[in-house]
Amino acid sequence: MTVETPKPVEQLERVVIRFAGDSGDGMQLTGDRFTQETAVFGNDLSTLPSFPAEIRAPAGTIPGVSSFQLHFASRDILTPGDHPHVLVAMNPAALRANVADLRPGATIIVDTHDFTARNLAKAGYDANPLDDGSLDDFTVHAIDLTGIAVAATSEFGLSRKDAARSKNMLALGLLSWMYGRPVEGTLSHLASKFAGRPSVRDANIAALRAGWNFGETTEAFAVRYEVEPAAAAPGRYRNVTGNTALSYGILAAGDRSGLPVFLGAYPITPASDVLHELSRHKGLGVTTFQAEDEIAGIGAALGAAYAGVLGVTITSGPGIALKSEAIGLAVMLELPLVVVDVQRGGPSTGLPTKTEQADLLQAMYGRNGEAPLPIVAPRSPGDCFDAALEAARIAITYRTPVMLLSDGYLANGSEPWRIPEIAALPRIEPAFATGPNRRVVEKDGSLSDVFWPYLRDESTLARPWAPPGVAGLEHRIGGIEKAGHAENGTGDISYDPANHDRMVRLRQAKVDAVAESVAGVEVDDPSGRARLLMVGWGSTYGPIGAGVRRVRDLGHDVAQVHLRHLNPFPTNLGEVLRRYDKVLVPEMNLGQLSLLLRAKYLVDAQPLTSVRGMPFGAEEMERLILDALADLGERPHRSTTLAHVRRLDLQEAGK
Amino acid sequence: MSTTGLPFPGLRSGVELVPTTDQPQTGKDFTSDQEVRWCPGCGDYAVLKAVQGFLPDLGLRRENIVFVSGIGCSSRFPYYLDTYGMHSIHGRAPSIATGIATAREDLSVWVVTGDGDALSIGGNHLIHALRRNVNMTILLFNNRIYGLTKGQYSPTSETGKITKSTPMGSLDHPFNPVSLALGAEATFVARTIDSDRKHLTTVLSAAAAHRGTSLVEIYQNCPIFNDGAFDAIKDNDTKADAIIPLVHGEPIVFGNGAKGLVRDSETGGVKIVAVADVGDDAILVHDAHNPDPTTAFAISRLTDAGYLNQSPIGIFRQVERPTYDDQAREQVRVARGSAPGLQAVVDGGGDVWTVDS
Ligand code: SF4
Repeated sequence: MTVETPKPVEQLERVVIRFAGDSGDGMQLTGDRFTQETAVFGNDLSTLPSFPAEIRAPAGTIPGVSSFQLHFASRDILTPGDHPHVLVAMNPAALRANVADLRPGATIIVDTHDFTARNLAKAGYDANPLDDGSLDDFTVHAIDLTGIAVAATSEFGLSRKDAARSKNMLALGLLSWMYGRPVEGTLSHLASKFAGRPSVRDANIAALRAGWNFGETTEAFAVRYEVEPAAAAPGRYRNVTGNTALSYGILAAGDRSGLPVFLGAYPITPASDVLHELSRHKGLGVTTFQAEDEIAGIGAALGAAYAGVLGVTITSGPGIALKSEAIGLAVMLELPLVVVDVQRGGPSTGLPTKTEQADLLQAMYGRNGEAPLPIVAPRSPGDCFDAALEAARIAITYRTPVMLLSDGYLANGSEPWRIPEIAALPRIEPAFATGPNRRVVEKDGSLSDVFWPYLRDESTLARPWAPPGVAGLEHRIGGIEKAGHAENGTGDISYDPANHDRMVRLRQAKVDAVAESVAGVEVDDPSGRARLLMVGWGSTYGPIGAGVRRVRDLGHDVAQVHLRHLNPFPTNLGEVLRRYDKVLVPEMNLGQLSLLLRAKYLVDAQPLTSVRGMPFGAEEMERLILDALADLGERPHRSTTLAHVRRLDLQEAGK
Repeated sequence: MSTTGLPFPGLRSGVELVPTTDQPQTGKDFTSDQEVRWCPGCGDYAVLKAVQGFLPDLGLRRENIVFVSGIGCSSRFPYYLDTYGMHSIHGRAPSIATGIATAREDLSVWVVTGDGDALSIGGNHLIHALRRNVNMTILLFNNRIYGLTKGQYSPTSETGKITKSTPMGSLDHPFNPVSLALGAEATFVARTIDSDRKHLTTVLSAAAAHRGTSLVEIYQNCPIFNDGAFDAIKDNDTKADAIIPLVHGEPIVFGNGAKGLVRDSETGGVKIVAVADVGDDAILVHDAHNPDPTTAFAISRLTDAGYLNQSPIGIFRQVERPTYDDQAREQVRVARGSAPGLQAVVDGGGDVWTVDS
């Protein structure tokens, strides 16, 4: 026996790891646990889970591969990373589906257990890639992870199949050792998750430990890596996914407005987790209603809003299509309602588990008649909290449905999140009507005080919110055109042409007035010399920001604006756009925001489009920006780019 | 000011959760200032008058009553009542009412709908409201025609109906709303007639008193597009043979006592016999409280699917089952007892770290 010496430790600035395996291999859990460990360690991070739409696609096939990518660093980062430095592949299909994303020099950890002729064929391999030289550019660790897991858990009396299932914890243990991750959180997670099944709990813990020890003792792993914690603003932090943060934002809106929350929803990917999360918080006065369909989901939420609570409905693009008529009714009734669209690839069923931003125009215009509503969008998983709160603020203050446009990438992705102090958040004032608001002259000449349900606030143009239960405020509202202005706020049916013209313009003016309550866009242009402006919305914030940073690192000037409010736009947006020689709008659609910007401001905003169901990559964004700078005559770019990319590769490969 | 700060009364369970008033009320109190705009002779007028006349009997505070409607002639109903009201979109009123009833136990919630609204475009919402048993009363005005869109056949029109959209006769088999509701295991199902104010009022009283979803089908004449659809059950010469009256605890007899219902051992259903042939004791006694809806369903099948020459009228079924909204509120109440506050929820269970300045 040799005397063990501690293995050398190498410092890295950032690492991208991808766990890949069969849908049944527990890769999402593995990635999630590694993420939690990394978050607690104090690195900045960004994640990208990717899973098939099928619950269990055929085992061992490429369509059945599920993966989880994690980017962590000792500085703040914006994307889940373009190219994994480490790929953990639990079977041949996982290797084949992911190896193309690796750069030479990357590390591959392979579970050899499933590299049988049959499984290789299922994955489409003619020859075993582990010995045909095709992986020569990479550092390959071919290990029988399953075999080790089975051996490590033999004492717990599990079936062979159950024992083999602990291989994901073995892989997690090994990676945790490699990057010095604290595993205490995972140990307590396993303890509580399998509290009712002690043998499974103990086997998973044993596998995790075995993975750690395997790294420490095996010569194949010569070094450990260290990624220092990232600097962050003081505060308490946790990791959060977009859907969780969005749910918390809705809860916070209920808290800050003093209104019980009522969620009406029909399950749909990738929005269902909001329904699940809110269903767990009935103790906070939340009512969740799983409706018979999308229409009933919004119908019940609208009914609840009429009754005086915070009505919320959540869905994805196909659900918005079904809810459109009811959203139009909400526009007409002028009641507060938060409509959440967690966008996914479309049209029709499209790509349920992939991301896209192609519902912006549906949100803007997807209703009959002139039916404007405010639209807000979060920019990162943690930002879903603030965006949900903002949507509720606008809805309650302006008595209007508000569309909150998240997407699948934000919904399932996660990042460290500074936990807000709820009591310190601004209050939202429901300001219910409590009595008559208008003195009228009756037919007999006498004066009486009456309630006009459509008598508007002069600055917000919002109408009173008068839930049933208050004597003297009885009133009828409906989807038919009505008199609802300063001279006649009765809400009575009116087919008068001039009244309709006035009402259409009033509803538009009310939505436009929201801009008065919103700060102007902040322009990120540190040098003040940029001629190129990058404009984005939603989840493209990370990739655009990462691309902008890379280009600035090369010495170029480029400005960035990111929109929280898509309707109405902030009041200074037109002026900002006109300041720049070139305006580029990267979007995961075919140019929907750029269309709106061009139409509204007559600026030559150019779309940069991508609809692959995946977010833009940072490197891709860098190239797009450099190309645009070249068009403006800013040089040098091409040669620099290549050198720069090569430099980053070396850095990424840890050389 | 929050919802709880509004002058809403205390929230506890039971039929009496809607606050009452000591002030005497009349039908006039429930009449809004809007001009009623149905066609002359429309059956809707009679129902409106009956409802305005009957609401004061409930003794509820007017501000705690909400009428929600969909789209169609009858869906103008809320505008004519001086209560809270919403005229919504086609077929969706039960879903909107579900939200209202679940959010507020102190409201008496009513849905006004028609055969097209409830059974065609809104069929899904109707059956789900019925199975959930949300505390609301649904008035289904069945005129067996589309009125507002000017006379197309409806899902309750008899097969072969000649209309503008079916010049060679309609092809679809009609729904029987009562059978449909019983199939969805509705807890309160009744049928009445627009022109029989006394019966209508009795049924409405029972429906309002019932905790859960009450479905009341009201045969309503549309003199413009389907005049005379219910003549056989309204005409003094024919109605004794056309109406099969259902009264809980009473033998089911009609035709001036000559005809009655007995169980049919061949089909497992019920059939019409001459009372003289079987004797009084053999006649089926109506049991609206039977937890099993089978017999009620069998009785509902005696409704003519074609021209209406025969129809059972009255309360088919009236049983108790916990309501969706009461239980939803109960879950919230129970959860509140042990709940951590919002800050604790947002803090999360573990995996929290602190960055010091
Ligand atoms: S069309 Fe028929 S149902 Fe409609 S208002 Fe006229 S008479 Fe009544």
